Amino acid sequence: MIPARFDYEVAESVEHAIELLDGNDDAKLLAGGHSLLPLMKLRLARPAALVDIGRLSALAGVSNGSGPLLRIGALTRHHELANDPLVQEHCPILAYTAGLVGDRQVRHRGTIGGSLAHGDPAGDLATIALTLDAQIVARGPNGERTIDAAEFFKGFYETALAPNELITEVRIPKTEAAHWSYIKFRRRALDWATVGVAAVVESANGGIEAARIGLTNMGPTPLRATAVEQALAGASTDSVEAAAAKADEGTSPPADSFASADFRRHLSRVLTARAVEEALSR
Amino acid sequence: MSVTERTSKVIGTSQLRKEDAELITGRARFVDNITVPGMLWVGLVRSPFAHARINGIDVAKARELPGVVAVYTGDELEFAAPLFMAWPINDEVKNPPHHPLTKDKARYAGDPVAVVVAESRALAKDAIELVDVDWEQLPAVTDIRAALEPDAPIVHEEFGTNNAGSWILERDSPVPRRGPTAPFFDDPQLVKIKQEYRLARLIPNAIEPRGVVVDVNAPMGEYTVYSATQIPHILRTTLTITCGIPEAKLRVVAPDVGGGFGSKLEIYPEDAICLALARKLGRPVKWIEERSEGYLATLHGREMIQEIELAATRDGVLKAVRVNLTASMGAYLRLVAPGIPMLGAWLYHGCYECDAYDFQYTNVFTNNTFTDAYRGAGRPEATYAIERSMDALARELGMDPVELRRKNFIAKDKFPNYTIASGLTVDSADYHGTLDKCLEVLDYDALRAEQKARRERGDRKLLGVGFSTWNEMCGLAPTRVLAALNYGAGGWDAATIEFMPTGTVRVVTGVSPHGQGSVTVFAQVVADQLGVDYDDVEVLHGDTQVSPLGMDTYGSRGVAVGSVALHRAGEKIIAKARTLAAHELECAEEDLEFEGGNFTVKGTDRSANIKGLAFNSWTAHNLPDGMEPGLGATELYDPPNFSWPNGAHCCVVEVDPDTGSVDTVRYIAVDDCGVQLNPMLVEGQVHGGVAQGIAEALFEEARYDDEGNLVTGTMTTYLVPGPPELPPFEVHDTVTPSPTNAMGVKGIGEAGTIAAPPAVINAIVDALSPLGVKNVERPATPERVWRAIQEARS
Repeated sequence: MIPARFDYEVAESVEHAIELLDGNDDAKLLAGGHSLLPLMKLRLARPAALVDIGRLSALAGVSNGSGPLLRIGALTRHHELANDPLVQEHCPILAYTAGLVGDRQVRHRGTIGGSLAHGDPAGDLATIALTLDAQIVARGPNGERTIDAAEFFKGFYETALAPNELITEVRIPKTEAAHWSYIKFRRRALDWATVGVAAVVESANGGIEAARIGLTNMGPTPLRATAVEQALAGASTDSVEAAAAKADEGTSPPADSFASADFRRHLSRVLTARAVEEALSR
Repeated sequence: MSVTERTSKVIGTSQLRKEDAELITGRARFVDNITVPGMLWVGLVRSPFAHARINGIDVAKARELPGVVAVYTGDELEFAAPLFMAWPINDEVKNPPHHPLTKDKARYAGDPVAVVVAESRALAKDAIELVDVDWEQLPAVTDIRAALEPDAPIVHEEFGTNNAGSWILERDSPVPRRGPTAPFFDDPQLVKIKQEYRLARLIPNAIEPRGVVVDVNAPMGEYTVYSATQIPHILRTTLTITCGIPEAKLRVVAPDVGGGFGSKLEIYPEDAICLALARKLGRPVKWIEERSEGYLATLHGREMIQEIELAATRDGVLKAVRVNLTASMGAYLRLVAPGIPMLGAWLYHGCYECDAYDFQYTNVFTNNTFTDAYRGAGRPEATYAIERSMDALARELGMDPVELRRKNFIAKDKFPNYTIASGLTVDSADYHGTLDKCLEVLDYDALRAEQKARRERGDRKLLGVGFSTWNEMCGLAPTRVLAALNYGAGGWDAATIEFMPTGTVRVVTGVSPHGQGSVTVFAQVVADQLGVDYDDVEVLHGDTQVSPLGMDTYGSRGVAVGSVALHRAGEKIIAKARTLAAHELECAEEDLEFEGGNFTVKGTDRSANIKGLAFNSWTAHNLPDGMEPGLGATELYDPPNFSWPNGAHCCVVEVDPDTGSVDTVRYIAVDDCGVQLNPMLVEGQVHGGVAQGIAEALFEEARYDDEGNLVTGTMTTYLVPGPPELPPFEVHDTVTPSPTNAMGVKGIGEAGTIAAPPAVINAIVDALSPLGVKNVERPATPERVWRAIQEARS
């Protein structure tokens, strides 16, 4: 409830934020704060300083480039994602899933950049980013770089971001043509996913042309169920259940008070079948 | 006189709560809102281990931190006595000294070992981290059965065992049971079932955490303790015992208190520590619990293993019930903990007839947070065991569970005052009536038809229906019974009603409401009875200086004891006012009728209003000879019996067998709490209680790892459900007035919590019964449900 002592700086610009981060190894960025502050209040996180980027309004909002990518500012809040017409049109799975994150308070404070940078394998938006092959734009003292989602999530609460880098934008391939589903299995509406499954399916001639399957909370990072994806590529819709049985291949789900690892494996198989079926019916 | 014969104005109506304006506009005053000049903040250094010897404590670094005023270990802060335990159930009870700061070893994760006092809350928190305790970790035991194994780690070495004592109904109950059960369980003609249920350990979650502020008038040696407590009176008495400060110098105030559910029916180390610190330092101190701290430091509830056996005829006549409980006390015996399982002792045969009954329980020490009363205390446990068992018996006999219940209910015509098999006397009930109403609301036959159709279709989601026809004893309690049970206090309560000169009414109650709405209900009672405006009645409570006498709020006693005490005080006032009115109107008292605040001479229009009489009584210019000035009265009321509410609850669930998810689709509560003083508040109590009961059935469980660390230590892992997780509640009632009190009232504070868990689990088992599932342990998590299905299939 009472965090350890820390310094607090307000960033006036992205450059200023990077400068502040660069000057202090133990500094953390404060965006929505809904992951970081609870950890600080429990004294599980003890940053020496917080760099508040909450006032960098240029980092918020969604824009529609002419290309195949939707550009989402890092400070765009979950509530905005869920209700943004561009996101709803071009990337409905992201809008839908953003509406499932946490509770109302979390959705009105939490940001997509913060959610990805936190690197929580139970975070829903990380799974969507990975499933959609999003690109994460990061800026640091040496300028800007673009990181593929597949390269971004490195481990449990660990990402490819350097301590002096911040996410400025998330670029998401438009998926309006695909069938999609995200099934979040959770005990209470406001909980993290015990297991989550994202399915983005392209169909052709009554069969499945390609499927992308993302898994939440089935290992130290969000994961792609590649065995399922391979089994579904070019497959008939009758083969969904058999393919979904491979959902937990290559995963290492955690065991905690919500579920054992075995039960998570079971859930991932059941939910993958349901997600693909739901996507196909959508 | 029953309430229905009286001309009521506000009793029985859903008056909005007098309490709410302050609460919803943020003007209420909780302990954390209290700031006293010169106040210091207190922080507790707690054991990170469930069981560990203290080889030394180095406080030097903490004392050096600027802003830290004091740091004390258990050897440095002195008390007159350990924390008081008030319910030594019999001579067998093993009661270890519970020092506010443990001196030799920590016995649960969270056991306080030292205290820091600092100029700010943040500094206190920092100082806690600077106290260096040299711990020697010991093997811990957190499982009830493991604690009774011969080689188990011993929580209190002086006893050489973790067995804290047993209580046996046949031996220890002050009232005889109907007969011994052995002959029935030996009878080969009877059908016998034996069930074992494990009740999870629960963590109460009052919306306001605990907190203590102690103000000190050092030159006078006077102290005011503001505590987030349900029991200011009992707290004062026990703090006098522990701290050696006389009651007359000790004022305890329970300001606005944000819920308790039993968690604030306790004497905590922090209460005594803060008082001792204020005395030692001569300065006011404050401690506010953090939520995750509270999960370790505030009492837990329920955890026990239940063994229950039923014997019945083949056509479903219940003959005998035999029960053996093993209950976790945690690391110490707290205020009334040893007696909590006993509060269910007479209820394990439910609302059913039987010829024989045996009950016993054993309390066990473990390296967990201490347990004590949690909403329902002993009675939800009893209802769970018998209501689950009745369903099991119905399955064994191939009977419909509703039919089995009906066949065995105690008939309405046995009442009033029927002595049940366990030996206590139930004042009133209509068990058939509440169940019939529940079935009607449910449309039971249609539901069973739908279930059959769905099963035949092979629907993926499985439909189930479960019942809980519950009864309980509350309104704690007749003092003579408590005395016979070795309880350390009385069950009476106090009420004072006083007319002020202008005709407003000051009501002082000895119960200590903390969210129930008692201020509203008590004002309704007094307004009607005395014929004054509801808005002219002010109800005061929760301050030993204002209300020196009282036994506080717990065990659904606010209405069942507190309002009856008020009503009786009101009768005294009416009697005195009648004498004065007769004097003023120059008539005989018998010629006066009292209605709507007016004493009227029968057959005339000559009358005197009670407000005017109150004024005249205050000026005292013209009183009958010998009459004392003032119009007020005090009543100390000791209820002659418990209060016996009952009801029929029903839950309809859909279970997803592939994921183990349970959806509560419908929840019907038909409760009979006698006469309802404020139906809206009755409904509110049912809503909250049912929510907590469903939470027990599906969500809440304190889980520990092998070393005794609480792994559900925050609200993200200890799952308190909210509205999205709960079904709409269909709340109905029947009204069987209590013949025990003139108001006809019974308690309703715990009903929902008592009733709901078996209704939910019975519904789940009913849904899964075609798969061969006979039991799902609670809480019925998706994984437990799924595993139960896998086990039944294999």
